[in-house]
Amino acid sequence: MSIEARHITKSFGAFRALDDVSLTVPTGRLMALLGPSGSGKTTLLRIIAGLEQADRGSGQVLFNDADVAERAVRRRGVGFVFQHYALFRHLTVFDNVAFGLQVRPRRERPDKAEIRARVGDLLRMVQLDTLADRYPGQLSGGQRQRVALARALAVEPQVLLLDEPFGALDAKVRKELRVWLRRLHDKLHVTSVFVTHDQDEALEVADRVVVMNEGRIEQEGTPDEVFHHPATEFVMRFLGEVNQFHGRVDAGRVAFADVELDAGDLGRQDGPARVFVRPHEWEVSLTPPTQAAIRAVVKRVQSAGPVVRLELQTADGALLNAELPQETLEQLGLAAGSEVHVTPRRLRVFAADRAPPVAGA
Amino acid sequence: MADGGKRHTTTRPRPGVGEPAPVRRLLIAATLLVLGCVLVLPLISVFAEALRQGLGAYLASFRDAEAQAAIRLTLLVAAIAVPVNIFFGLSASWAIAKFAFPGKRLLITLIDLPYAVSPVVSGLVYIMIYGANGVFGPWLVAHDLQVIFAVPGIVLATIFVTFPFVARELIPLMEEQGTEEEQAAMTLGASGWQTFRRVTLPNVRWALLYGVILCNARAMGEFGAVSVVSGHIRGKTATLPLQVEILYNEYNYVAAFAVASLLAMLALATLVAKAVVERRAGASTAEVAAELQPREAP
Repeated sequence: MSIEARHITKSFGAFRALDDVSLTVPTGRLMALLGPSGSGKTTLLRIIAGLEQADRGSGQVLFNDADVAERAVRRRGVGFVFQHYALFRHLTVFDNVAFGLQVRPRRERPDKAEIRARVGDLLRMVQLDTLADRYPGQLSGGQRQRVALARALAVEPQVLLLDEPFGALDAKVRKELRVWLRRLHDKLHVTSVFVTHDQDEALEVADRVVVMNEGRIEQEGTPDEVFHHPATEFVMRFLGEVNQFHGRVDAGRVAFADVELDAGDLGRQDGPARVFVRPHEWEVSLTPPTQAAIRAVVKRVQSAGPVVRLELQTADGALLNAELPQETLEQLGLAAGSEVHVTPRRLRVFAADRAPPVAGA
Repeated sequence: MADGGKRHTTTRPRPGVGEPAPVRRLLIAATLLVLGCVLVLPLISVFAEALRQGLGAYLASFRDAEAQAAIRLTLLVAAIAVPVNIFFGLSASWAIAKFAFPGKRLLITLIDLPYAVSPVVSGLVYIMIYGANGVFGPWLVAHDLQVIFAVPGIVLATIFVTFPFVARELIPLMEEQGTEEEQAAMTLGASGWQTFRRVTLPNVRWALLYGVILCNARAMGEFGAVSVVSGHIRGKTATLPLQVEILYNEYNYVAAFAVASLLAMLALATLVAKAVVERRAGASTAEVAAELQPREAP
């Protein structure tokens, strides 16, 4: 079932959580709503579920092109996984998962044996069949998360909505569970939307990513699109580390930090601009390259890890971060104090007509 | 409720921390002395006085028709007041804890009113409203309904005085539990009633029971408010506490203390029930505490 939100606005008092947001999730896709806290992503998810109402007179939510405004939460057929799981603390794992089947009206309710069989299948799917008699208080965070998912899937929802599904777990469990969620989605193909503030999670798990900021959608696209072709400065900053420069665009060329380079597709507007280079996009060399390069001194080499991280200082005192493969470091024989020339293999230029956004992660 | 977990935190004072031993012993002795004089001695003397002329005289006190009427009336009043306040307490705390609406703070304050007002005053207010010269007096007289100096008045006064007991236990717990489980139930297709019966109610069952026990004890033991509206008609509008007063004023000490011993036993039974419920509630609090510190095994 496809989900569409049209022109949704939502205010809490004077705070505008969502500002005219529109979104389409095609049938069977797994979409991530990515943004910092307060960006409106959870509010949008709750409005889709019907747990929250959009402001009067604003927008619609459509499932398979049908307006669901008149359908209460319990008739929307959504599976919702809450950030803190919201498991029923007085019920066993089995009864938690069976809940959605047991509350059905008698005519639609499967009989006891069938409920038992279906809950058993779900618990096997989430690998918790041995813990059916435990209470939520006796489970680890990752186990609770899987119970919450099994419970949501038990009602065979047309749409699965997950609010920060891995937010409360530690790093290792989180990684395992997100791989597992992706596999589960590939098996079930339920149209799914999940909310996260973790860019790695969104880029790794989702088919499509919606980046949100201050109640608006900054960009929507595949993980590749949003990572490699950020539409706005905010997306650029939010989806990874950046080196930032102040510069000036003139006739398709951008000048910053003693160099002048092609401004690329984004830098078509003449005037003051901000230039961004990701740490792994620097070309580092010992001798001056043919194209313009920035002279810098290596301040620190951090080589423990899959990539080497360099801290560089330019002639005017600015600090830069660069990442290199281990082999390059060995070839160049870099150490603290080495003089190098760096030039961006790739850069992104955004006109500086807006106030600088809050520094992203 | 909330202090259910405290038991586990009581530990022996570490050496070098706390008072020296003689001071500690002195403080404990002083506490025991005060407890003994104020609580234990009176309790013992109730039974001692009641049994002064032997078990036969003690038991004979309960064969008295008036005493039996007082017992029946007290049970009747509690049987009405407690369910009414369960219903009210559940509705009020559900509304207060799970929804946001204007006037919420005012409602919470109003629920506390019976705690703040002297029971005698609340009794007098009922006379002002339902008495023969009260606001509804003429209408009640015209329809041949007697509220004051009759059972309805006693029930009303008791409901008023025991008003906050259930709600006060439930509101903090329900507020702490939040609404996520209810929302989860709704997304799973549960109706409002199913959500209440299968999720909300089981989550507050121990707090509810605790509130009911306290409410019942107060309903059976209330003196002030009931005294004002009852009119002390022997065998008709005298509840157990009023019956004690009547007998005592007639210098019928054995009977007075015999009836009083019933109330004392009710108090003891209440304390035991309260302790049991606290223990169970404490156990489920511990469960919740365990939930907050998950064991991280995937």
